[in-house]
Amino acid sequence: MRRSLERHWYAYAMVAPVVLVLAVLVLYPLVQGIWFTLTDINESTIANPVLDRPASYSFVGLRNYLNVLSGDASFGSFWSTLLRTIIWTASCVVLTYGVGLGLALLLNRPMRARALYRVLLILPWAVPVFISAFAWKFMFNSQFGVINQLLGAVGLGQPVWLGQTDLALVAVVIVNVWVGVPFMMLALLGGLQSIPADLYEAAEVDGATPWQRFRDITLPGLRSVSSTVVLLGIIWTFNMFPVIYLVTGPAANPNTRILVTYAFERFFSGASRDYAVASTYGVLILSVLLVFAAFYRRALRRQEAFA
Amino acid sequence: MTIESLPLPVARIPLRGKRSRGRSVALHATLIVASLIAVFPVFWVLVTSFKPDARAVAPTIRLFDESSLANYGDVLSGQQGDFLAWVANSVEIALLTTVIAVFLSATTGYAVSRFRFPGSRKLLLSFLVVQMFPFAVLIVPLFNVLLSLGLQGTSIGLVLVYCTTSVPFCTYMLKGYFDTIPGDIDESGRVDGLSPFGVFWRLVLPLARPGLAVTAFYAFLTAWGEVAFASAFLSGSAESKTLAVGLQVFVQ
Repeated sequence: MRRSLERHWYAYAMVAPVVLVLAVLVLYPLVQGIWFTLTDINESTIANPVLDRPASYSFVGLRNYLNVLSGDASFGSFWSTLLRTIIWTASCVVLTYGVGLGLALLLNRPMRARALYRVLLILPWAVPVFISAFAWKFMFNSQFGVINQLLGAVGLGQPVWLGQTDLALVAVVIVNVWVGVPFMMLALLGGLQSIPADLYEAAEVDGATPWQRFRDITLPGLRSVSSTVVLLGIIWTFNMFPVIYLVTGPAANPNTRILVTYAFERFFSGASRDYAVASTYGVLILSVLLVFAAFYRRALRRQEAFA
Repeated sequence: MTIESLPLPVARIPLRGKRSRGRSVALHATLIVASLIAVFPVFWVLVTSFKPDARAVAPTIRLFDESSLANYGDVLSGQQGDFLAWVANSVEIALLTTVIAVFLSATTGYAVSRFRFPGSRKLLLSFLVVQMFPFAVLIVPLFNVLLSLGLQGTSIGLVLVYCTTSVPFCTYMLKGYFDTIPGDIDESGRVDGLSPFGVFWRLVLPLARPGLAVTAFYAFLTAWGEVAFASAFLSGSAESKTLAVGLQVFVQ
């Protein structure tokens, strides 16, 4: 220990500020948050120095977890909300990856106006989510939204997009894909450009069809980029709050409720602000993601071993 | 002469270099449609911003409909919420977060990139795990901390909250940039008698300037566009809002 300190003291000095920040702003709150899930903390029991009121919450054991995991509707119907979160995450990531890969493949060939296309396609990324969410909410409006006006003009039905139906979930998936494609596209374009061109030339000389070239060169060449962006995409989408909150909120729509938006509902806009349930949801979400990430990494490693 | 007469390159060009007219049209058509979808929502907001309230919700599609700059006058003069104060808050919070995060994370990113000290891998892993945190897991304790510090509802409080995600994120990003700077530079600096801090400050940091700029830009944008914490912590008083919170007033 002493030797290690002597040898690495400058490294430790360099990381000290960040370790301190992480300890104070992440680790300590995390521990406290886990502790809160075992209490009945809410708006009226939290310590509030402004109102000169001490904390009055008490230990309740696993009651919050039992309540939430029972799937009871008054605690957010955990299991069906989890299912909806998984559907939401899977459809968003699959669509974002598919569209992003398609556009990256198109952009990865010499042609006129390539730079212009690239700038235009990246635009959704440059716009803050709180603006694009409002733009889409406006466009999805059933009476004066431009989407329904266009649908009406070509003689199709004019559905109520953001009502209390599953169509609202479709709408937020569309918005989230729109928001997420540029990142996928750029990351995959970078991956495509790092695949050496001689591989394609050699394959062509050998008479490989375009599909074979895609399957046997492009996809394996993209594996490391893909595995990273898909994992990131899954984590971000699972935790995606602003798109759903701003497009279908702020009065929560149960048809677009995912785990994080429900946690926020309980924290902020519920009838009584139940901080304990919000924390419980937070801990459960984090556990789901950690377990998933561990499996994901193991699956990747196994795949690499086979490849 | 012999090289020019080799048939192989000539034969190969038609294979990859050219595509038929039909495929070329299809390629450009697809990209044009995709670009239109990418641009349209922003374009539509811009078009609508010039219309008076009553025309913005008209049941027909029109690009211009009694359009004028009146809305901009209203918003800037503060008739519809304190727009300028929101911008100022957003800028202040995002800038402070950026400066603090980049300043703190630069040395750590360097140390993690260069030195193999006990715990360096764990530290790196912890930065990644923090990116996985849903805001819901920290929102209550952070609220509690801010309440007890008397910072609830203030810009400084929000800056502290944003540092929870931006500090590890910036560290990870900067580590990536420092990795691309050859270690030989450090060694030659050490040989010339610089301390590890001197090497970092006088050699590596100037070389990493583009990386620092990109990282700062990301940190700024993330803080600028954050919705959840800002909505939950700032919604009390009207003039303390950021843009992300304030704009919600218009859309109700």
